[in-house]
Amino acid sequence: MKSKIRKIITVVEETHTEMGQPVNPPTRRAAAAAVIENPFAGKFVQDLTELTEIGEELGALLTERAVAALGIPGPAAESYGKAAAVGENGELEHAAAILHPKLGTPVRKVLGRGAALIPSSKKRGGPGVSLDIPLGHKDAAFVRSHFDGMEIRVNDAPRANEILVAIAVTDSGRPFPRVGGLTKDQIKGEDGLR
Amino acid sequence: MREVNVRKRVVIVEEIFHEGGPVAATPLRRAAALAVIHNPFSGRYAPEISGFMEDLKPLGLEMAKSLVAALGGNPKIVEGYGKGAIVGQAGELEHGALWHVPGGYAMREILGGANAIVPSTKKVGGPGTRLDVPVTHINASYVRSHFDAMEVGISDAPRADEILLALVMTTGPRIHARVGGLKASEIKGEDGLR
Repeated sequence: MKSKIRKIITVVEETHTEMGQPVNPPTRRAAAAAVIENPFAGKFVQDLTELTEIGEELGALLTERAVAALGIPGPAAESYGKAAAVGENGELEHAAAILHPKLGTPVRKVLGRGAALIPSSKKRGGPGVSLDIPLGHKDAAFVRSHFDGMEIRVNDAPRANEILVAIAVTDSGRPFPRVGGLTKDQIKGEDGLR
Repeated sequence: MREVNVRKRVVIVEEIFHEGGPVAATPLRRAAALAVIHNPFSGRYAPEISGFMEDLKPLGLEMAKSLVAALGGNPKIVEGYGKGAIVGQAGELEHGALWHVPGGYAMREILGGANAIVPSTKKVGGPGTRLDVPVTHINASYVRSHFDAMEVGISDAPRADEILLALVMTTGPRIHARVGGLKASEIKGEDGLR
């Protein structure tokens, strides 16, 4: 493993009621996050290849963890998202190197498909910083019922020389979507958008 | 008999490989099961509340079972535990105290033969409030290596008329425990203390 992992966290959320209305079946989201050492903390490094390779490794590992936590086969996942929080001695570009070049391919391999862009967010922060992972349908980004987000935080991470990397996967959209737009049964699946 | 209305359930697993020292052969795992329930006593002073403890027992058992499942299914690997509650702002600290009996009973029931008192904490708070759930050894409260805590919380809970209930189980000592005191191997097991 290229990644030096201090800690892995998985979180599963199930929503059973919303405003008193039963949600049946409950909507479920899972996030898997790794706290890793930032190899470039405290210095400016031009070539960020090591972090892109770490991103590739974590793409597979965290997606497998999230899907396992939901107890579903990968292809049954409906939406996804990714995010990273860089500790104070790192650079926002370090999060970008992990998230953008190579992390997506192994995520899509675990989930079977994934024509849509994986929505993402990143920030710099200290231990306990909240990370809002954006969520979108994995095969058609415009599916409005699946525009969502999941907040995670790890009280002792990221330390100054660490990066918190997270992937979220769901088996459902929001509990009671009713603001119109494209629905999942209308997905054409040609361009990753609709 | 009051119905226990669950809005949301969350399970969190942390797997800790190291904290700057040697990488452990077996990572420490901590798991938390959280349930967000409606507070049947919110918004008023109810003199008689204790009957609700009995009503909470089935939920407590389900949460304790979900923790053991999240840790791999074998209750024998559980070495530490703790519990806590966050009461939404239309409720009273005393409503959090309703969790002592059913939460503790549930974990002892699932673990079989746990002798030590289950350490606990509680507070009143709003959505996103964090709770540091104290953790000690399940058979002897004085085992120093197992004095620990796990921070938990949910971004949208507890709402004013809700209670967030928490149970925590861990699989071992702090990852680099080295401050002496009673060891797990020295437990006499007579009084739940040593």
